[in-house]
Parts: sequence; structure tokens; C-alpha cells
Amino acid sequence: MTATAEISARTPEDTARLAERLGRRLRPGDVLLLEGPIGAGKTHFARCLIQSLMDTPEDVPSPTFTLVQTYDTAAGEIWHADLYRLTSLDEIEELGLAEAFESAICLIEWPDRLGPLSPPGALTVRFESDPDDELARRIAFGWTDPRWKAVVEKL
Amino acid sequence: MMQRAERMAQTLTILGLESSCDDTAAAVVRQAGDARAEILSSVVFGQTELHAAFGGVVPEIAARAHAEKLDVCVADAMAQADVGFGDLDAIAVTAGPGLIGGVLSGVMCAKGLSAATGLPLIGVNHLAGHALTPRLTDGAAWPYLMLLVSGGHCQFLIARGCQDFTRLGGTIDDAPGEAFDKVARILGLPQPGGPSVEAEAAKGDPARFRFPRPLLDREGCDFSFSGLKTAVLRERDRIVAEKGGLTRADRADLCAGFQQAVVDVLAEKTRRAVRIYMAEGPSRPLVAVAGGVSANKAIRARLETVCAAEGASFTAPPLPLCTDNAAMIAYAGLELFRAGVRDGLDLMARPRWPLDRAAAGMLGGGKKGAKA
Repeated sequence: MTATAEISARTPEDTARLAERLGRRLRPGDVLLLEGPIGAGKTHFARCLIQSLMDTPEDVPSPTFTLVQTYDTAAGEIWHADLYRLTSLDEIEELGLAEAFESAICLIEWPDRLGPLSPPGALTVRFESDPDDELARRIAFGWTDPRWKAVVEKL
Repeated sequence: MMQRAERMAQTLTILGLESSCDDTAAAVVRQAGDARAEILSSVVFGQTELHAAFGGVVPEIAARAHAEKLDVCVADAMAQADVGFGDLDAIAVTAGPGLIGGVLSGVMCAKGLSAATGLPLIGVNHLAGHALTPRLTDGAAWPYLMLLVSGGHCQFLIARGCQDFTRLGGTIDDAPGEAFDKVARILGLPQPGGPSVEAEAAKGDPARFRFPRPLLDREGCDFSFSGLKTAVLRERDRIVAEKGGLTRADRADLCAGFQQAVVDVLAEKTRRAVRIYMAEGPSRPLVAVAGGVSANKAIRARLETVCAAEGASFTAPPLPLCTDNAAMIAYAGLELFRAGVRDGLDLMARPRWPLDRAAAGMLGGGKKGAKA
């Protein structure tokens, strides 16, 4: 049974603060599946979350071309992946994502490419834009692992 | 220990390997003394024919696929250059930044060749390869200003030496090439997006849609292209909601408006970067642009105009040397070799490796990341 919760962000800065609050509660082995169409704010959210956990500020480039960017932070290693360009499940294996799901904090864009390899304990974060307000986003959380209930409630 | 003057007079022949991105490549470059370097061969085991079929650029993830292709590329490059290992002075290889599986397989291959032949090994930063290309193609004198603009990168560098680069600014989110690809995705145009958006833009009216010029109001040379793609998306959705779909003219006008915004931003930021560079009083002022996006004629024309107005020459290396290739790696290796750089068999692959400062190696010999 999937539980859900929804939060509205009025501006990109709102989204950034939400990402920071969630980031503070993450630990290695946590996987966030960032869903939503192109331009919905997945990379913005991931960038803000990663930067908030860095000791020294560093660029967080889009992973669209490199597929995976990794970062060492005080909270543990972070993997930021964009799976859009993947075409087969073998490639998930090749990227080493299965191991990373166990040992790192993983932020995964276009997670539908994971298919059966999608980790059951992951938190889904779905982004939707507002047709009437270009800055606002609706951000919906979904999970089955009860651990996420307490995390999401405190956001 | 060889003296510097002696090293400069030497004829050097370097094999270069590149596998940090989607393509696998090998090349042989030779330079006699301080004469213009010569590309003896440059082989790219590309996947271009597959790109359109998959609606995107297909990444080569499997390290072993890179490894297999590297063998073929090296054999081809050596045969085309008509050299044997005995004719080489060193082996240069991209050691980062890039997709770790690819980088690792290149580094492993180069280490194997180095161990078997006794030839020195030189790890090259992929971005330094791009940034040194104007030396290979135009004999550019230090310092020159480099705009590196591709699918994954967008930054200004002042190149002062083969290991001395100053970054003036770069993208804080997406690179322009990624923006072109995503706009193509949004408008249902074929990949790669650069050429297809450019072709549509040529038929459209750039004045119909006024898209934002991100960060133009902010000082400095940084870029942001993520919001521009989202603006195109919203405009598309608005038209579809209003009329039920996009006409050909709508699509062309959206592309033209988007491209115009990219051109305007690149032109203004380039003007700022050129002024910073010119304030240093370079002896032979030169601005070079490299990366796949430099193939865009509208961008190229506008940058040329900006440079002319600021009193700097402008050059863009030919496209095969602007996009990923191994000739630039062999050439960068050649410059590093002359500078006395040698790497050992402990050379590490670095998925992230900023060009303007020394960064610690992130990953050791296959500790994690893609499987070999």
C-alpha cells in the first residue's frame, strides 16, 4: 500500500528550501526517485539538495550527458543520475547503480527506466508544474517503506 | 635529465586515447620541434548512425564495449599513421572528467600498452584536450580565450599554458547543447537537437516569441540555460491549449526565438569575457570556440562579430576537432610531455576534474562505478 503526501512550492526558492529540509534527513542507502516531465524542476531540486549537503560550494552540473555525477558530502556519498538516455536494464547494472542503492544517497531522474530494478524502499518525489503560475510546483511524495512517513511529515 | 631546450627541439610522436563520453577514439599526432603539429591519424568509433534511431544520443556505458572498441581504434590509428610502437614517444589518455566506465577502460588500456611497451604514460584532462586544440589547429599563442560550448560543458577559460587555465565563468545548470537537445525533445524534432533546432530556426521568426535571457542582468560570465528550456515548454503548452496543436510555423518560430535567446546570451557573456581577457594585454589576442555547439552558424557568426568589435581574432577549429576526438588528447599529451609531465601506472580515473585547479582523484583502479 503506497502512502502519499503533497506539498506546494510557490517559487524555485521554496523548492530549494524543501530540498534542503529533506536532504538533512537522508542517509546512505536512501533512494529518491525524481519523477515528472521535462522542465518540472527535478534537476533544480536535486542540485539544491546536493549543494545544501556540501562543505564547500561546488557546481552541480546536469547529469543528462554524463548519466551519473557523484559527490562526497558529510552525509555520505551522493549519486545524481539521469537515466533518460538509457535503453536497457543491462545499462543500469553497468553504471553500478545497484551497489549505489545500498551504499550511497541516490537521486534518480527518469526512474521509470529502472523497471524491476527500482528499489522498493525508495521515496518517490513527483514534480508537476502549475499551468497558471510558471514558478510554482506541486511536489507529491509516495512511499511504501514506513521510514518515509516520519521524514515526509516533518517537511 | 633532458634540458628544456633539447625537449623543445625534439620530434615527438604521441598516441592518444579518448573514451570519456559516448564515443571511443584513438589518434597519432607528431610535432617536429616547434613546427605546427601534424595529425597522422584520428579514428573515432562513433555511434552517430544510432543516434537518430534512439531519439537521443546513445551513451556507451559498458566499459567492456569501450575496451573492445579501443583495441580496434588503436590498431586503426597506428595503421593509418603508418607507425609502430617503436616510433612512439608516449601514450596519452583521457583520465577524466567523464563517464567513469569509459574513462576507466581508456586508462586501463593505456596502462596495458605502457606496461607492455615501456612507453611513458600521460593522463590528460578531457577539457584540456578541447582547450589546447587551437594550438594544434592554429598555433595559438598564450594567452588565448577559449569558449568551450557543448552538450555537457559551457565555460570560458583563459589558456596561459598547457597546465595553466583560468576559468572566467560557466553554466550553473545545463549546457547549451543540452538545451538544444531538450528543446528538440519538447518540439518533437529529431536528435541530436543542435542541427534540427538550427534548421527549424532558420525558417522561423525570432521576434515572435521573446524568451528570457537568463543571467544577463547579473554581472560576470556565468550562464544558466535550464529556465530557457522550461520557457519554450510553457509556450508550447500555451499554444497547444489555445489551438489544439503546433503548426509548422509555430515550431519554427519557437526554435528561432529559443536560438536567438541562446545567441544573445552567449554573445553578451563572450563580450564580457573578451574584455576581461583583453585587459591583460595579450600579444596576439585570440578567441577560440570549441565544442559541438560551435557548429551552429548563428552562434558562430555572432561570436565573430563580438570578437571583431573587441579587437580579437576569432577561430573555431574544424568540427571533427571541435567534438570529442583523440587527436586533441594526443596533442595535449604532446604538450604535457614537453613540459616534463609523466604519469605512473597508478594513474587514476577522475569522473570530476575541474580544469582550473588540482583536484584529488576520486576513484581508484575500478573501486566502484561501471564494471569493467
